[in-house]
Amino acid sequence: MTESKAVKDTAIDDQGIIKGIEQLSPEKIERVINQVLKSETGARLKTYVDTCVHCGLCSDGCHYFLAHDRDPKYSPAAKVKQTLWEIIRKKGKVTPEFIENAAVVAYTQCNLCKRCAMYCPFGLDIAYVMSVMRRICHKLGVVPLYIQDTAHSHSVTKNQMWIKDDEWVDTLMWQEEEAQDEVENLRIPLDKEGADVFYSVIGPEPKFRAQLIYQAAVIMNAAGENWTMPSMPGWDNSDMCMYTGDYEMMERLKKAHFEAAANLKVKKIVMGECGHAFRSVYDMGNRALGWKMPPLEVIHAIEYYNDLFVKEKIKIKKKFDRPVTLHDPCNIVRGRGLHEMSRNIVNATCKNFIEMTPNREHNYCCVAGGGVINCGPPFKNARVDSGKIKAEQLFAAKAKGAEVVIAPCHNCHGGLEDIIHHYGIDMELKFFGDIIYEILELPE
Amino acid sequence: MSNNNSWDWDTGKRLVADLEPWHNEFSYMEEARISPHGENIAAIVKNEDMEFTICSQGADGSFITWENSYDKIWNLKYGPDNRLSALISDMAEWTVSTDDTPWENTYDFAWDMTFNPAGTHVSVSTQKELQYSVITNDVPWENSYSRLTDMALSPDGNHTAAVVETIPVLESEIFKFRKGCYSVAVDGTPWGTNFMNVWDPVFSWDNARVAASVRTNYQDYFIAVDGKTWNKSFTSVWMPRFSPVDKSVTAPVKTNGKWFLAKDGDIVWDRGYHQLWHHFYSRDGLKIAAIVASEFGKWTLAVDDTPWEITFSQYLTDAVLSDDGKRAACVFKDDNKWGIAVDGGAWEDKFDMAWKPVFSPDGRKVAAKVEINGAYHVVVDGTVFKTAYDHLESPVFSSDGSKLLIKGIEKNRYHREIISVKGGL
Repeated sequence: MTESKAVKDTAIDDQGIIKGIEQLSPEKIERVINQVLKSETGARLKTYVDTCVHCGLCSDGCHYFLAHDRDPKYSPAAKVKQTLWEIIRKKGKVTPEFIENAAVVAYTQCNLCKRCAMYCPFGLDIAYVMSVMRRICHKLGVVPLYIQDTAHSHSVTKNQMWIKDDEWVDTLMWQEEEAQDEVENLRIPLDKEGADVFYSVIGPEPKFRAQLIYQAAVIMNAAGENWTMPSMPGWDNSDMCMYTGDYEMMERLKKAHFEAAANLKVKKIVMGECGHAFRSVYDMGNRALGWKMPPLEVIHAIEYYNDLFVKEKIKIKKKFDRPVTLHDPCNIVRGRGLHEMSRNIVNATCKNFIEMTPNREHNYCCVAGGGVINCGPPFKNARVDSGKIKAEQLFAAKAKGAEVVIAPCHNCHGGLEDIIHHYGIDMELKFFGDIIYEILELPE
Repeated sequence: MSNNNSWDWDTGKRLVADLEPWHNEFSYMEEARISPHGENIAAIVKNEDMEFTICSQGADGSFITWENSYDKIWNLKYGPDNRLSALISDMAEWTVSTDDTPWENTYDFAWDMTFNPAGTHVSVSTQKELQYSVITNDVPWENSYSRLTDMALSPDGNHTAAVVETIPVLESEIFKFRKGCYSVAVDGTPWGTNFMNVWDPVFSWDNARVAASVRTNYQDYFIAVDGKTWNKSFTSVWMPRFSPVDKSVTAPVKTNGKWFLAKDGDIVWDRGYHQLWHHFYSRDGLKIAAIVASEFGKWTLAVDDTPWEITFSQYLTDAVLSDDGKRAACVFKDDNKWGIAVDGGAWEDKFDMAWKPVFSPDGRKVAAKVEINGAYHVVVDGTVFKTAYDHLESPVFSSDGSKLLIKGIEKNRYHREIISVKGGL
C-alpha cells in the first residue's frame, strides 16, 4: 500500500494530524524516532519485532479485521507493518506522509485492547508496539486534535474535561445536597483524613454524569463506609496522556492522584467504573513512576461492589428483573481478571443473566477504548463502522432475550452507545452502580 | 510553625471537651478539629434551623456555637496561630470567616484556604462571574483571570502567587495552546513570559522571588525563576525549592532516563536515580534530603546524594530532617504495612497507617501518630504508647524537647495531655 492510503481512504480531516504534519521535516522525524527507539525502547520491542513470524494468527483476534470483512490491512500484524516495522527498517528515514498514516493507524485503528496478544502463538503485545508509535507521534506533535485537547486539559487542570477547581467542589456539594433529599444528612466527605476509602472518578463524571457520584454516595452511605473524596486536583483518575504518548504528563497525573490519596492517609483507593483509568493507575502510570505495583491499594468498583455483597454490607430490596447481558471491558478483564467478580455481582443483583458470546477475556472491545473515542468526531464514522462485529455480538445477546447491557467502564458506555444507536439494536446501557442504586435497600 | 513556648506545658491530662452533648444536640456533626496548642476543639454542625454553624467548647464543660449560621460551611481549619477559619456561603456568596468574623468580599466560590507558617495571613482562590483571582486577609488582587490554579502564599504572608491563564484559550485550540498561554501571577501581576504549562510556584524564603516548573513544548521542561528559565532544559522536572541560605534554586530533573538534583540548572546530585522527588532543606539550609528510588521498585531516603542502604518496596513519604540536619526520618510502606524509618533503620513495629514523624528540637527524640487495629496511638522512638484514641493529632514537642503534647479523643472525650519525655520513656 502507499504510505498515506489509510488517510485518503477514510477522508479524514483532523487538524491535529494535518497541521502537525505540516510542521515536520525529514530531519526532525528521523531525530525523534531514533531518540525514542534508542532511549525508550529496549529488549521488549526488539523481541517483539524479531519474534513475529508474520503468521497472521493475530488477525482473528482483532475486531477491526473482523468488522472489515477480513481486510488484511486491519490485521494487527499489518498495523505494525504500516508503522514500526517500516520505521525500524528505514532507520527512521520516513516521510511526513508516512507519519500521517502511522498516526491514523496507531491512534484510531487499534484500541490497545490486547485481544490479539491472546491469539498470537508467542503472546506478542501489539498494544505495546502501537503505544511506541503513539509515543513517537506525540513527540512529533502529530496527534488527533480532540484527544490532544484532552491531554492539554490534563496538563492544566489535572483532569481531562477542563473542569476548574471550584467547579469540582461545587459539583460534589450539589450532588450531596440532592442526595440529602433522599437520605437525610448524607455526606460526600471532603478531605477526610484517615478514611478507609478514597473514592476517585474520571473527569466526565462531574461534567456529564454527576448522578453517578450521587449514586456512589448513596451506596457508600448504605454500606456505612468511612470514605472521602479530595477537594483539590488528583481526584480524576483518568489519563488520556497515557494514550497520546505524553508519558511525562501521565507521570505527573498519576503522582497527583496517588499523593492526593496518600496525603489523606487513606487505606485504599476505590476507582469508579472506568477501564482505561484503572490501566493507568494499576499498570502504566505507577510503573512509569518507579512503583512495581500501585503504592496504595487500588481496587476497581467491581472489586468494591463484590466485596459489599460478599461481606453483606448492603442489602437489596429485590433483584433487577429485566434480562441483562454483561460486557467485559478490556482493561479490567484482560488487564486484571475481574470477569468472575463481575458475574458475582450480576448474580447478586439480577434475576436473568444472559451471557454474550464470546465473553470474559475473549470479549470484543467496544471500539472506543485506547483513546479511540477521544479522537472525536473526525473518526466517529470509521469507529462505528468498525463496531460491526460488536453489534453482531449484541444482536445475538438480544436475540436470547437480553434487554440491558451492563458495562462497568465509561469508554465502553460511549462506544456501545454509538454502536447501539448506529445499528438500531435497541438495548439499554447501565453501569453496575445504576443497578445497585436502583435495587438498594436504604438503611433506616 | 508559630513558637509554642507560650503554651501550657504543665504535665498532666486535662479534659477540654466532652463531645457527647454535642452529638446529642446536633443531628449533623462533622469531624472535630483541634487547635495546634490543644486548648480548643470545634466542628461543623447543623443547628435546629438546619443551617450550618460551628460548635466549639465553652467554659465549664459546655459548648457554644458561632452567632452566625450559613447555607454551607466547609474546610474548617485552625491556623498555626490557633484562630479558627472556614469557608462559608450565604445566598450563594462565598467568603472566609475567621473566629466568626466573615470577610467583606464575597465570591461565587472560594477554595484552597492556605495559611502562612505564622498563621497571620489566610489566602484563598476565588471565582466571581467566571473570573479567577486570589484574596488574602480580605484584600483581593486587582487582576483576575480566566483560569487560576496552584496558589501559593509567601512565608511572611504578604505575597501570593498562582498559575494563571494569561491568554484565554478555548477547548480544541491546540496550536494556540502550544504557543504558551500560561504564566505565574505574583500579587496579581503576571510574569512577562508565557509557557505551554506552569506548575507548582514556590516563594523564596525572603519572600521576594518565585520559582516554578514549566514546559515550553512537549519535550523541554525547565525551572523558571521570576519568569526566566534555566539555561538547560530537561526531559521532566519536579517542584523547585529555594535554598534558605543563598539565592540558589534546586529541583529534581530528569535527563538521559535518570533523575538528578540540579541547582540553578547544573546537576549537583550526580548519582542518578530511577526516581527523585520531594527534596527539602534542613533548617540551616546546609543539607538536602529527597525521596528517591535507587532502582525500579526500591524506595529510600537520600541525604546529600547519599541514599540509605535500606529500601522499601511500596511507598515512602513524609520525610523530615531534625533541626540540625543530622538526623532523618520518614514514613514507609512495605509488605502492605506502614512503618517509620529513622537514620536508615526501620522501627520494629509496623502499623495500619503512620503519620509524619516529628523530631524534638534537639533532634534526640522522634515521635509520631500511628494507627493500629482502627485505634490511634502515639509512638516515641519506636515505643508504642498503650493509650488508644478514637481521634488523635500528631504529637508536639516542647521547645526544650523534654515534654510532649498529646491531643486525643477517647470515647467522645477530648483530653489535652502533657507528658514528660525527659530521660527516656
